[in-house]
Amino acid sequence: MLKRIPAFAASVLLAGNLSLLPSLASAEQVQAISMGEAFATTCFQCHGPEGQHTGGTIPPLAGYPRDLMLQQLKDFKSGKRPSTIMDRHVKGYSDAELEAIADYLATLKP
Amino acid sequence: MQKLQRRTLVKALAAAGIASSTFGLQACSSNDKSQANGKRVVIIGGGFGGSTVAKYIKRFDSSTQVTMIEPKKTYMTCPGSNWYLAGLVDVDYLTHDYETLKTKHGVNVLHQMATGVDAVAKTVTLDNGEVLEYDRLVVSPGIDFIYDAIEGYSEEVAEIFPHAWKAGPQTELLAKQIQEMPQGGRFLMVAPPNPYRCSPGPYERVSMIAEYFKKHNPTATIMVLDPKTKFSKQALFGEGWRDVYGQMIEWYGSQDGATVTKIDVASKTVYSDFDEVSADVINVIPAQKAGKIAFTAGLTDDSGWCPVDQDTFESKIHKDVFVVGDACIAGAMPKSGHSASSQGKMCAAAIVSSLNNLPMPPTRNVNTCYSLVAEDYGISVVGVYENKDGRLSGIPGAGGVSKAGASLQERKMEADYARSWYQSITKDIWHS
Repeated sequence: MLKRIPAFAASVLLAGNLSLLPSLASAEQVQAISMGEAFATTCFQCHGPEGQHTGGTIPPLAGYPRDLMLQQLKDFKSGKRPSTIMDRHVKGYSDAELEAIADYLATLKP
Repeated sequence: MQKLQRRTLVKALAAAGIASSTFGLQACSSNDKSQANGKRVVIIGGGFGGSTVAKYIKRFDSSTQVTMIEPKKTYMTCPGSNWYLAGLVDVDYLTHDYETLKTKHGVNVLHQMATGVDAVAKTVTLDNGEVLEYDRLVVSPGIDFIYDAIEGYSEEVAEIFPHAWKAGPQTELLAKQIQEMPQGGRFLMVAPPNPYRCSPGPYERVSMIAEYFKKHNPTATIMVLDPKTKFSKQALFGEGWRDVYGQMIEWYGSQDGATVTKIDVASKTVYSDFDEVSADVINVIPAQKAGKIAFTAGLTDDSGWCPVDQDTFESKIHKDVFVVGDACIAGAMPKSGHSASSQGKMCAAAIVSSLNNLPMPPTRNVNTCYSLVAEDYGISVVGVYENKDGRLSGIPGAGGVSKAGASLQERKMEADYARSWYQSITKDIWHS
């Protein structure tokens, strides 16, 4: 969230009055997108935007404790935890990549 | 055909050149350079691919100015449109607007048609004459049809034998024809050749029509004539069709001579080496190519689709132009809404990274595709893809289809997940 410029600055930008607040717009530097974030955004297509529940049967991911999430992902991969499709997904990632995804998901607010 | 397209392209580029000098002042009113610090992105197309790019560029960097060009005020999704044919969902369920993209994310949505792209001057011309300048352009136009591949078929005939392969009035027309079909009548689908939008889509469609007939027209029959030898999730569809619908659905492939070469509208008859077959309702899904603007902009190769870098989705033909979704050549990834959205996220990350001089993250694309065989009977296919030697390839050991012979409880779970998937992906793209 830090890398986004404040909402009021964004609205000023849209209104075309950038010259009034040049320092604010440039003060917020956009940060590099991490591997965990890039990969995790594709989880949202089933698990809801920002990993938040959408009222369906697929569980939310936001705010999941990192170690618990990582264990679940590894258990899907090994087949220890049964699933319909998650085993087919997690086998596409190395354990280090699953750690990066779990790290990122834990930063999302439920 | 290719020659004609090149001539069209030259004309379009010339027209765009003239337009940009004539209407240069107007361009400033829509996406003024001074407001965006060289970070102006124009997106053509507001479907799964284009809308995802719009939202995720703003999510990654809200200071980038994003203008999305989409003629329609609302968008009806192809995913779920087969469910509508079965009467399981209504048009409202499938229809999404652009209000959240506009008001929450500050995407400038213009309901116009893009008619030209000048990749050298970096401008896009709209049908109202307006010219937009861009620093990066994303083209996500979906598919167009090759109407002349079957003798007797045309854009006009599609109003009689609907394709319903772009959701909207065509979908409603096909639903009406199915509802009005005589008791005990025959529904015939002419399936498309590869590659086309949504590989399992035609087979989910006949499943959903069977679901409708089972309730309302139980002696009706369904026949599929297919120019392919096999199709996506074939074993699972076959298992489901036998278990749920008995003998109602018959499928014939090119090995049976079922490649349709001619259609006669008056007698409602289709011709192939397999047989001459007449039917009460005929659904012709034509061969496909990239959407029109991709040709106008010179982004296609001889295949009729757009070659792109397999990490960033930047065109291999024009620098700073990106193509996502059905129109692009994405290696082994199928042309689906889920693929388009995944590609849109990686493309947004690439654009934001390059506009801000930041390193590009590694990319990983996914496809998750659910099909309903019946209301409470779902099956799925998954793919996880990485760029291997310049081509998106399925990661060995990952992906694959639902288990054969699974319990009805598992099929019910996948049907519930299918509906939940629809809610999540549409919320992710258009409503959050």
